[in-house]
Amino acid sequence: MDVSNLSEAALWGAVLLSGIYHGVNPGMGWPLAVSAALMERRGLALLQAFGLLAGGHFLAMLAILLPFSLMIFLVQWELQIRVAAGVTVIAMGLYLLINRRHPRILARVHPARLALWSFLAAMAHGAGLMLVPIFLGLCAIDPGDTGHLAAQSLMSGNLSTALWVALLHTGAMTLAGGAVALGVYLWLGLKFLSRSWFNLDLVWALSLVLVGAFGITSALGDT
Amino acid sequence: MNLRPDPTFHASPKLAMQAPVENYAFTVMLSPDGAQSDGIAVIDVNPSSKTYGEIVHQVIVPYKGDEFHHFGWNACSSSLSPLSGHAFLERRYLIVPGIRSSRIYIIDVKEPLKAKIHKIIEPEEVFEKTGYSRPHTIHCGPEGIYVSTLGGGGEDGTDGPPGIFIMDCESFEIIGRYEMDRGKQDKHYDFWWNLPQDYMVSSEWGLPPQFEGGIVPEDLLSNKYGHSIHFWDLRARKNIQTMDFGENYQMALEIRPAHDPTKSYGFCGVVVDTSNLQGAIFTWWRDDDGTWQSKKTITIDPRPEEAENLPELLKGFGAVPPLVTDIDLSLDDRFLYVACWGLGEMHQYDVTDPMNPKLVGKVELGGIARGTKHPNGQDFAYGPQMVEISRDGKRVYWTNSLYSSWDDQFYPQDSGGQMVMANVGEDGGLTLDEGFFINFPEGYRSHQIRLEGGDCSTDSFCYPSA
Repeated sequence: MDVSNLSEAALWGAVLLSGIYHGVNPGMGWPLAVSAALMERRGLALLQAFGLLAGGHFLAMLAILLPFSLMIFLVQWELQIRVAAGVTVIAMGLYLLINRRHPRILARVHPARLALWSFLAAMAHGAGLMLVPIFLGLCAIDPGDTGHLAAQSLMSGNLSTALWVALLHTGAMTLAGGAVALGVYLWLGLKFLSRSWFNLDLVWALSLVLVGAFGITSALGDT
Repeated sequence: MNLRPDPTFHASPKLAMQAPVENYAFTVMLSPDGAQSDGIAVIDVNPSSKTYGEIVHQVIVPYKGDEFHHFGWNACSSSLSPLSGHAFLERRYLIVPGIRSSRIYIIDVKEPLKAKIHKIIEPEEVFEKTGYSRPHTIHCGPEGIYVSTLGGGGEDGTDGPPGIFIMDCESFEIIGRYEMDRGKQDKHYDFWWNLPQDYMVSSEWGLPPQFEGGIVPEDLLSNKYGHSIHFWDLRARKNIQTMDFGENYQMALEIRPAHDPTKSYGFCGVVVDTSNLQGAIFTWWRDDDGTWQSKKTITIDPRPEEAENLPELLKGFGAVPPLVTDIDLSLDDRFLYVACWGLGEMHQYDVTDPMNPKLVGKVELGGIARGTKHPNGQDFAYGPQMVEISRDGKRVYWTNSLYSSWDDQFYPQDSGGQMVMANVGEDGGLTLDEGFFINFPEGYRSHQIRLEGGDCSTDSFCYPSA
């Protein structure tokens, strides 16, 4: 196993981990699934609710990743794009660090529109951006000798990577968040909700800064 | 901002009932003639404390003539909402509006014994940013702090309808009006909601000229006070249905939705039915096709009385109307408390079946032409009025003043602010506690009560008890 295989595995691992991280964060919606099951007095509502949350989250990931996967075929600009992406992610993290106020738009969403809520929550918190440096890292590894590949096949490769990243991330997010929601609903009880709800605002913002910095250093390291 | 949710935020009403009980109460101190500044009294309600049942601290504001009435918290259990979770706010500030001055005080009660003014919002800011005046009911909700107002613009508050405005829950900046489509709503009083079901209900008292100088008998007899309640799509900010109880049901005031968010019903108290002087409670609910319905489920009869014993206002009627001025629902949605300010009675109804309330407890205290003494032998001025129930449902506190100018019309001989407490029996029943009787400082009357850690008319819950 060579170095690039190892780092590829690490990047896919990061996709999984970020999914788990988003899943257990109450800000990404697992309390809504608990609430749905309790309001409707049936456990199945929990799964339906989480399905909608996952759908919204998946779309939010794609909404961020797809534009980057289309851009990256400008191979000669790869370094600049990766650095710019890293700077954007850091900027989002810094913005969230300074502006600690909650996005009021979320308060206007009807409680039944869970997919829309999940999409907006992920966008407002920069959840998709967190994946961008990881995704770009994967794109940089995948094609091998990029210089000889046709732009089209490169792009379709990147598109399928984006899809896989979003799918894997959302899958991990769903399993982790769903497990927490189910645990609270079936065993732990509502008291766990307020006990386990930690203020992740700071950690979340710092995560974005960290991932952005990783993106920049790995881009510079690859060249 | 906290790292963990405030320990007084509870996911469900049941968890709120199980939480530690209140140690302090905060009660409005009102100078009815504006001779002194209004304030908030901090009261020790911990029975094992040496100063139990005493006012242990007062926050007196710098201005005079504000007329404090209702007030509320900057944050409550609604902060645990899964949609707009603000779980790391602190329940720390009381939002106290002056309904005469339109000035709003933000009072920091983190340390109850050192409670102090944190910020003052001047009336001009309220007028300028909302076009409303005379702020009243406070609830913390999805978009911040919601404040209902009793007046519109202009000197006498009749330039445009009153409504609700929203304040930022951290900076206390006034954001602006709530309503996007108010429909027929042209008066305002109370409001409350069911957050997961996304509806709000609001009620009507009257416009400022109908109450500021005292009750206007001609307006009452010609049924010109409010008699409708309004149902709103909370997040769309639209009035979806106006329900008229009938014009004889004058002053539909307090709105008390069931606390359990799976339930789609609640209650509204009507001060007086002008056709027979009864007091009335309506139960409102949403039927299967989504339409709101209501039915009168409690009536309280007036008491015949010799004209010579009655105040000027009532001499012609030869009776004491019950005057249902406040109601409050316990967190388990089981007992509804009804203050009959005219009769001098506090009623306790079992509303387990909200369509068939049963009277299960009653206390007589004060009252027009009756003046029942407290069991400790002291006189109780006026009648039972603003009522607040402890979260565990075991203690019911109340005060005695309705509204400065109205007190003087219905009880021209009485004076003084008082607060008492009654204990609730296991299966209902209400007994005044002889050891809890607070006389307010000279010249002050009392009004709404808030309990440390939340009470039965502040917190909105986002998860069911089951």
